[in-house]
Amino acid sequence: MITELGHFALILAFLVALVQAVVPMVGAHKRWHGWMALAEPAATAQFLLTAFAFGALMHAFIVSDFSLRLVVLNSHSAKPMLYKISGTWGNHEGSMLLWVLILTLFGATAAWFGGNLPPTLRARVLAVQSAVALAFFAFILFTSNPFLRMAVPPFDGQDLNPLLQDPGLAFHPPFLYLGYVGLSMAFSFAVAALIEGRVDAAWGRWVRPWTLAAWVFLTIGIALGSWWAYYELGWGGFWFWDPVENASFMPWLLAAALLHSAIVVEKRESLKSWTILLAILAFGFSLIGTFIVRSGLLTSVHAFANDPERGVFILMIMGFFMGGALVLFALRASAMEAKGVFGLVSRESALLANNLLLAVACFVVFVGTMWPLLAEMFFDRKLSVGPPFFNMAFTPFMILLGLILPIGSAMPWKRASLARALWPLRYVFVLAVAIGLLVYVMQTGRSVLGPFGMFLAAWVVMGALVDLALRTGRGAGRLKRLTRLPRADWGKMVAHTGLGITMMGVAGITTWTVEDIRVAQFGAPYDVGGYTIQLDAVERFEGPNYLSTMASITLSRDGREIAQLRPEKRIYPVAQMPTTEAAIDYNLARDVYVVIGDEQVNGGWAVTTFIKPLTNWIWIGCGLMALGGLLSLSDRRFRVAAGARRPIAEQVPAE
Amino acid sequence: MKHLVLVLVFLAGPLWALDPSEMLSDPALEARARVIDHEMRCVVCQSETVASSNANWALDARRTIRELVAEGKSDAEVRDFFVARYGEFVLMNPPIHGSTWALWLAGPVMLLLAGLMSVIYLRGRARATSPQEIALNPAEEERLREILKD
Repeated sequence: MITELGHFALILAFLVALVQAVVPMVGAHKRWHGWMALAEPAATAQFLLTAFAFGALMHAFIVSDFSLRLVVLNSHSAKPMLYKISGTWGNHEGSMLLWVLILTLFGATAAWFGGNLPPTLRARVLAVQSAVALAFFAFILFTSNPFLRMAVPPFDGQDLNPLLQDPGLAFHPPFLYLGYVGLSMAFSFAVAALIEGRVDAAWGRWVRPWTLAAWVFLTIGIALGSWWAYYELGWGGFWFWDPVENASFMPWLLAAALLHSAIVVEKRESLKSWTILLAILAFGFSLIGTFIVRSGLLTSVHAFANDPERGVFILMIMGFFMGGALVLFALRASAMEAKGVFGLVSRESALLANNLLLAVACFVVFVGTMWPLLAEMFFDRKLSVGPPFFNMAFTPFMILLGLILPIGSAMPWKRASLARALWPLRYVFVLAVAIGLLVYVMQTGRSVLGPFGMFLAAWVVMGALVDLALRTGRGAGRLKRLTRLPRADWGKMVAHTGLGITMMGVAGITTWTVEDIRVAQFGAPYDVGGYTIQLDAVERFEGPNYLSTMASITLSRDGREIAQLRPEKRIYPVAQMPTTEAAIDYNLARDVYVVIGDEQVNGGWAVTTFIKPLTNWIWIGCGLMALGGLLSLSDRRFRVAAGARRPIAEQVPAE
Repeated sequence: MKHLVLVLVFLAGPLWALDPSEMLSDPALEARARVIDHEMRCVVCQSETVASSNANWALDARRTIRELVAEGKSDAEVRDFFVARYGEFVLMNPPIHGSTWALWLAGPVMLLLAGLMSVIYLRGRARATSPQEIALNPAEEERLREILKD
């Protein structure tokens, strides 16, 4: 019964979306206030109906209702409760429902908190948002309905993919979708502004919080996914440049670019058409991501549903929205006249350079991801584009970005002098070089990359700190002024520091990882990278829905025991699938990562050990970036003056 | 019965790809082989390298790589051996020849184009004021061009 109600609510939501996409749009055109005002209750209703439908599906998963096809295919009665719940979105249909739930949630929040937007803009934003939702409701109802029943319900389900039965992954998709779908707000604002024919400082200020929120969620989602891959997949890497990983990374890069260019729109009324284009493309890449995951077009470990029919449907949605938005852009972009005047060296141009690097980096990832497809279609060459390509083609952009970051963020608006921007950074530069040299001398290998990574990280982190300090001006009372700085300044510092710290972690893990694979005998200790590993025992036992082989390994250094590690191999009998549970001794300086392999014919067990320096800083840095975003989001100007259309003269801060 | 199930289940495929029994005794050769493992795509599971895949094909590939390395073949010869049999698809890193040039050059060319467009845009913005105000000395111009080109 609840299931049928959920199904019904979903159909109703589809109809509400249809109304909301048309009526306010017409109302805004004709200046009919009643028609425009319809958007807000409709957005709320749409969200509530979708939430009910999602709740109904979740209910079916919780009570293990095996008369529902989706539950049979993706759940099992013996599964722990957390994974029964996360199973709701651990499959194609359910995750699509979560997708539109979040889409309607963003629409509803825009309706609830958009009170200070001009009525026509608000009506148009909500109508565009609803048009996107409409397409996805249709997609769900016509190609991927989660509420289909079984004619003959089986006794038990077929279990969720065991790799997905993990706390890290239970929350990875919701965050990622909050990010992907959050970019739809930026898209809706961009399209609404194009229809309206006006982009001004106020527009920049409205669109920034949504982009910021989406970017924060994307950061968290990607970090969770990469952390999960690190400890769950057992190969000790954190990023594989898999098409689906790239699919989440491309919108992240563009959202980061959009964040920065929206600042220029807000403060200086320039870069308007570029910002609009970015907003359209950022959401476009979210759609491409959805397409890549669900069409089975590219080979990937993540591929969800390899159904060409669905792929074609998503391609049509993408074609419609991207094509429509870009045509609109081509027609209207010329109306977006830039107002701000600035010199070749200025904060504006530094932010433009940031956008240039982020957008081209995104382009490189895009070309690399799509190349196998293009090469086959046009050159009849079947080839692979793997991590070596991306590492070589992508990394230089991030290095350049890191190099110019502290300089650019120290520059004033309008007109700057390079020398004056560099001067306060001289100690930072010397110190960063010193750190790089120190690391070069201390390391065992001859790699230049590691020390350079450390130099870059130190440069970015200390540059961010100096930047914040510079904001307090000169003379006495600087400490007091520091505490009074706007949260956006703190957010900037924390997020930039986070980027530097992530760079440090990435440099550490890629340069100095020590790997050891060998047959370990019981009670026979051996050394790996300064640590002593001893295999004590291997036992087999039965978990709630799996069978496990667990080893006990003592990790010690200089005769002192550090940790007891218990790496596991699990077999999930229902899904017929083995998984590796690496045992990791976490530490800020290094991770010791142990994986148990097979029992050997001549006795002993295969044991793989990695010493991975600085690894955890990758995710700490991501956490800081997200925190910086949140700090910035809580800035006063988004809460208080968000709606005020001020005269342009006031938009230019005297910095 | 339950024991039988347990035994059967634990006999199922290996979890960690490279097994010590496959390894070469010479550490230098083994290190070379391992680098090659990471450069090869497993043609069965496709989204994993030969190094991380558990498929039988990857197991055979690792053995073959080690045999070839032990025979004294160079890294390039080992790669060619696989390319001759499985096509370029087997290489994780697309070889730079023919149309792949376009792939490798896509990023730098795009950066150059976008950089050029940005400079034109910036000049337009700067000209919007009275020109004498924004006059930069040639050294500054040069420096800026370097930054934007990067």
